[in-house]
Amino acid sequence: MSLISQLPAPGAEELLAEGGEAYRSGSIWRMILDVFLENRLATVGLGVIVFMLLFCFLGPVIYHTQQIYNNPNIGDEPPSLHHLLGTDPLGYDVLGRMMLGGQSSLEIAFAAALIAVGLGVIWGAVAGLAGGVVDALMMRVVDTLLAFPFLFALILLGAIFTTSIPELIIVIGLVAWLVPARLVRGETLSLRTREYVQAVKTMGGSTRRVLLRHVIPNTVGTIVVNATFQVADAIIFVATLSYLGLGVPPPATNWGGELAQGLNYLFDGYWWLIYPPGIAIVLTVVAFNFVGDAIRDALEVRLQRR
Amino acid sequence: MIAFMLRRLGQTVIVVVGVTIVTFILLHLLPGNTVRAILGPRATPLAVHQLTVELGLNKPLPVQYIVWLNNLLHFNLGYSYKLDEPVTSLLTQRMSKTFFLVGASLVLAILIAIPLGVLQAVRRNKPDDYVMTGLSFVFYSMPTFWLGLLLVGLFSATLNWFPAEAPQDQSSVFSQLNGMVLPIATLTLVTIALFSRYMRSAVLEQTVQDYVRTARAKGLSPGTVLFRHVLRNALIPVITLVGLSLGGILSGAVVVESIFNYPGMGLLFFQAAQDDDFPVLLGVTVVVAIATVLGNLIADVLYAVVDPRIRYI
Repeated sequence: MSLISQLPAPGAEELLAEGGEAYRSGSIWRMILDVFLENRLATVGLGVIVFMLLFCFLGPVIYHTQQIYNNPNIGDEPPSLHHLLGTDPLGYDVLGRMMLGGQSSLEIAFAAALIAVGLGVIWGAVAGLAGGVVDALMMRVVDTLLAFPFLFALILLGAIFTTSIPELIIVIGLVAWLVPARLVRGETLSLRTREYVQAVKTMGGSTRRVLLRHVIPNTVGTIVVNATFQVADAIIFVATLSYLGLGVPPPATNWGGELAQGLNYLFDGYWWLIYPPGIAIVLTVVAFNFVGDAIRDALEVRLQRR
Repeated sequence: MIAFMLRRLGQTVIVVVGVTIVTFILLHLLPGNTVRAILGPRATPLAVHQLTVELGLNKPLPVQYIVWLNNLLHFNLGYSYKLDEPVTSLLTQRMSKTFFLVGASLVLAILIAIPLGVLQAVRRNKPDDYVMTGLSFVFYSMPTFWLGLLLVGLFSATLNWFPAEAPQDQSSVFSQLNGMVLPIATLTLVTIALFSRYMRSAVLEQTVQDYVRTARAKGLSPGTVLFRHVLRNALIPVITLVGLSLGGILSGAVVVESIFNYPGMGLLFFQAAQDDDFPVLLGVTVVVAIATVLGNLIADVLYAVVDPRIRYI
């Protein structure tokens, strides 16, 4: 799942579109923004992400529900005016639970993506810049760890660490950093031969300066695109781990845990336990993928029309 | 070519050794004490000491690693005290089942994803392309367990066409193919979703190449150009795609096996994680990791054979 989504797709669409429209003047960021906004799917995706963030983090301010103490006497009620999306088996309001679960799904996903990308960037840039034996050694470490399919790695790490939200974040980050490391190392190999990097070295700039001021800032496109896909993947990872019973323990919850719980009632017709969290996961993951694809296309356009 | 293969083989050997080292380190990171796990909490200190010496657990770690590696090379992966069976015999029973599930789904997925990608590329930016692209995004974004259980809800509970549980006995996988329909369908859909986005762009990329223009200029029909020229070249990246997605498909198999209670390696692994059955966990991990590495090696070599332009440094 994760590996494939992060491969750079062939730029066929751009080749087809090439020469179609006139080159617009203005700053490069303006151009990137224009290309991004031209992509309707990406705008929709961005809208969905903003909506989900508002829903999860501002929603509870407007829609008050009791999410600490539960009342099992009102469990499994279908949607009504009192509980807009019904109640779950424990008597929690489903809509309120969705907001709470979404908060933790998104927080875990963003934090894990941050760890994965941060670790990957440093590892990849150092390996690419060092070259030679150090590079070979560092990349064999990445190859070795990539050999463990991600779900096997996650379950194994889940068996070693007890589950809590910070540990879940670290475990997902530790599994997910390998792909960005590879991507950034590949880009560093090309960046380090550029004239401006050579110039810094000639002027006596330290390796650290080359790394922090010149190489890493120039991989920012790759990093942002990859981080977007990482968030999407992490949301699915968390959901899958919750289904396998390795998610966060109650009373904490997340969309995946809610979906997995709802699916226990698959044959009882309690649709309001299944579709709201399921659709929230699919919408959010699709949205992040649309945005990631669009940023990648926009940055490729920058490279091609320069 | 031979230099490339030797080089790639050397890398693979290093990675496989790395895999065994990582697995061995994990073995020692795991909480709990093997001796106590076997003898129970009320064993006398003497008995604990005797078993520790007997299992070689008092030796230095590098020595233990060599012993473990030697056992691994002799297909001795230790003993599952929870299931009271050697790990190797557990693995051989389960491996063929996972192999069948993954193999059947992979073949079906390739057979479906390739025509689908061609169709999408030909109908580029038309409504049917949007529908297919949208659907593959949805399947990609759907947690596998939800997809599997949706199929169970529809085809087992409502329509009553296929059973919700996979065949359980050792011999019944082929005699009760009915029970394999839903597990294979689930894993196939997940795999198609992985592949179809890349098939579409692979075909699209080929359609703008110069040789396509030449072929059209010679007067070949669009169909001939598509199937005799474009498709053949678009198939090359599929080799890499299959190699790279092997880990993802095996991960999908874990979820599918636990949904349908299909006694393959994934279910064995998952249950071992719940029971803290560490010899089994590590045995499966090392086998799966080596399989992934070898899969990637085969994909890389095949790629170089099929496309003579590919020459790695």
